[in-house]
Amino acid sequence: MAQSLDDISRQLKKRHRRSARMKWLSMAALAAAGAFLVFFLVDMLVKGLPAFQQAYLHVEVDYSERASELPLAAVKADVRELVSRGYLRLIPNRMQKTPDLLGTQRMEWVLADDAVDQYLKGRKTGLKDKQITVVDRMAEAGNAELRFNTGFFTNGDSKLPEMAGLASAAIGSVLVLIVTMAFAFPVGVLTAVYLEEFASDNRFTRFLEININNLAAIPSILYGLLGLAIFINFFGAPRSSAVAGGLTLGLMTLPIIIITSQAALRAVPDSIRQGALAVGATRWQTVRDHVLPLSMPGMLTGSIIGMAQALGETAPLIIIGMIAYIPDAPTGFTDAATVLPAQIFTWAGMPESAYVERTAAGILVLLSVLISLNTLAVFLRKKFEHRW
Amino acid sequence: MQTDQILMTFFAGVLFLGALGFFLGRNKAARARSGGVSMHSQPDQYAWFAVLTSAGPALIVAFLAAIVLGLFENAFPGWLAVAGSLGLGAFGLFVGLSRIRPELRARDSLERAVKWLLLAAASISILTTFGILFSILFEAIRFFQMESFWYFITGTNWAPGDAFLEAAGRAEATAGPSGNFGAVPLFAGTFMITAIAMLVAVPIGVSAAIYMAEYAPSRVRDAAKPVLEVLAGIPTVVYGFFAAITVAPLIVTAAESIGLEASFNNALAPGIVMGIMIIPFISSLSDDVISSVPTAMRQGSLALGTTRNETIRHVVLPAALPGIISATLLGVSRALGETMIVVMAAGLRPNLTGNPLEDMTTVTVNIVSSLTGDNEFDSAATLSAFALGLVLFVITLALNFASVVMIRRFREKYAVNDL
Repeated sequence: MAQSLDDISRQLKKRHRRSARMKWLSMAALAAAGAFLVFFLVDMLVKGLPAFQQAYLHVEVDYSERASELPLAAVKADVRELVSRGYLRLIPNRMQKTPDLLGTQRMEWVLADDAVDQYLKGRKTGLKDKQITVVDRMAEAGNAELRFNTGFFTNGDSKLPEMAGLASAAIGSVLVLIVTMAFAFPVGVLTAVYLEEFASDNRFTRFLEININNLAAIPSILYGLLGLAIFINFFGAPRSSAVAGGLTLGLMTLPIIIITSQAALRAVPDSIRQGALAVGATRWQTVRDHVLPLSMPGMLTGSIIGMAQALGETAPLIIIGMIAYIPDAPTGFTDAATVLPAQIFTWAGMPESAYVERTAAGILVLLSVLISLNTLAVFLRKKFEHRW
Repeated sequence: MQTDQILMTFFAGVLFLGALGFFLGRNKAARARSGGVSMHSQPDQYAWFAVLTSAGPALIVAFLAAIVLGLFENAFPGWLAVAGSLGLGAFGLFVGLSRIRPELRARDSLERAVKWLLLAAASISILTTFGILFSILFEAIRFFQMESFWYFITGTNWAPGDAFLEAAGRAEATAGPSGNFGAVPLFAGTFMITAIAMLVAVPIGVSAAIYMAEYAPSRVRDAAKPVLEVLAGIPTVVYGFFAAITVAPLIVTAAESIGLEASFNNALAPGIVMGIMIIPFISSLSDDVISSVPTAMRQGSLALGTTRNETIRHVVLPAALPGIISATLLGVSRALGETMIVVMAAGLRPNLTGNPLEDMTTVTVNIVSSLTGDNEFDSAATLSAFALGLVLFVITLALNFASVVMIRRFREKYAVNDL
């Protein structure tokens, strides 16, 4: 039986309603992803920002003969548990360096214990009631305050949360990235040049291409197993060293650099190559003097993105032992080192709430470095992008 | 001598030889040319030819020596390798310089050398694949010599700690009936977390891709792309911290409020967070695929009077399906191999269960825990990491190939070249 026009237009309305619903649903999905990002960033800021401040106490320090033997004696008994043990431990050292201190007594701003720090930031701590009254009294008199936490950026890792900082991990990250890029950038660019400019389209070339795409999708932890077996067990690179870590990450970053460099080379029009070849340049001269300079911005962009990925990578580095406890900054490529994400991982496993705070702060630092790297890449792409 | 010093001496020597070759070679060629002889190549090309004949052999010999030293430790002292390779380099420098004559085709030799260099660089990526395969395979074979392969694949008792006690002669301490390395609970845990991740990532990722490709005005598109890129750029260790410290407690509270009991290491938290991590991969690839479905198909469909919804659902999506499946497979492969999120947020207890609120462990967690423990490297507990790695490698390889095949099918059907 034929439908009436009313039926049809009703049906039509329903179809249009369904269409609108689909649009809103798909928009909601995108919004959900954005909402998650906002939630995540706010959560990290709330957790991490307090760590950029650190509690200090204004106490009387007594540089007596006894204090050089027994550092605890340098401060009065009521605040002994409240100042950082790490600070007290350094007192004999300081007294040796400046002998004038001996016998003097003076008021000093001293790094506070992490429990005091957390209490002043309004968290629950293991402080006893008596200690809390002392801290409250000091805070009222202006003798306990939160200051900018420079130690977080200048100290290495520490077993005392109030002393722990990012510096040695940051230096480790820089060393690792130097090795990574020194390996991956030349090899990646040369591979891309081979594939785009020199290789003929045969079975070997196709195998290479498939292989590179596949490498890009292999889980990063397997690169860690490779690094452990090849660089450390076979070639005897020192465990936990920047060389071993950097080369492992270099192999991992290689496919990204190859793929982006290939795209950059492909974007150079053939007329450039034809022009160079027509005046008698060889293939290599054409590539070196004309194609490579034109595609360099694209390659650099790709390398920065690859570098950002290597900077955030943790799993393969754990496998080759880069989560060791490293209080002092590494001085060379073969020293035991740790990197920023591995430092974050180590702190995340600590029970004290001061470490949770520092983990989030470390994440904020890492994210800002990554975002600036990516912004730099976008900026470079925009600035040097050449439409032929 | 220390390894560092040996390396330093070697590189300094090679650099010196190369520089010497360059300047001597250029001098000789330039003198010949200023004498009025017409030469085949430019002076610089003769210079690079001399560099090639001096530094080239030295580098090749040193590389071979490093491999031999890696295979057989202390086959010969390191300084011998340095002296040998540098000596050969010096000899090569002498030969190269004496060969610089007007009729020498230095440019052609250079061209050939460059091609070999490029080929060598390109083969590093192949060596990497085989390196991964063999380094995992050999250690995995050693593991399967100690433990049964069949039990590894089908057994349900995963207790590497008991294997240690057994080796120490305290076999009565073990609980397992036939072995301690039954990996089924790990596979199940991995599968559960991956499934949760895909339940989050596929609907959101594909819907977001549909919106971006079919509905969004270009301004929204330009704003949304960086947001997704940021999501993709967040390091996994950060996601792991977020899952463990924020999402897991939220889930525990939520479960309690409806009367369920959840572990703080529940599978749901890493699953959801991993799903969020995978959204950008799925959405960006799906977006590309949907955008490259030919416009003529949309026009044809709309011309028949279908709504946009019907066009998308019955014309665009079926056409883009191979690409979307390909993106999903890549996402699954990523989820299976994801390490940090599960290491930080999932449990360590092998647990064969279908309840995502319980704690369970995964393949990657056990790779990490067995390689970061205090076990001997040769113990079965440590080597089990490589057996698990082998399984992971084979499965992700298969998924990647399936994904490549799917995307190729799409590309060939619609003659799209930029995917």
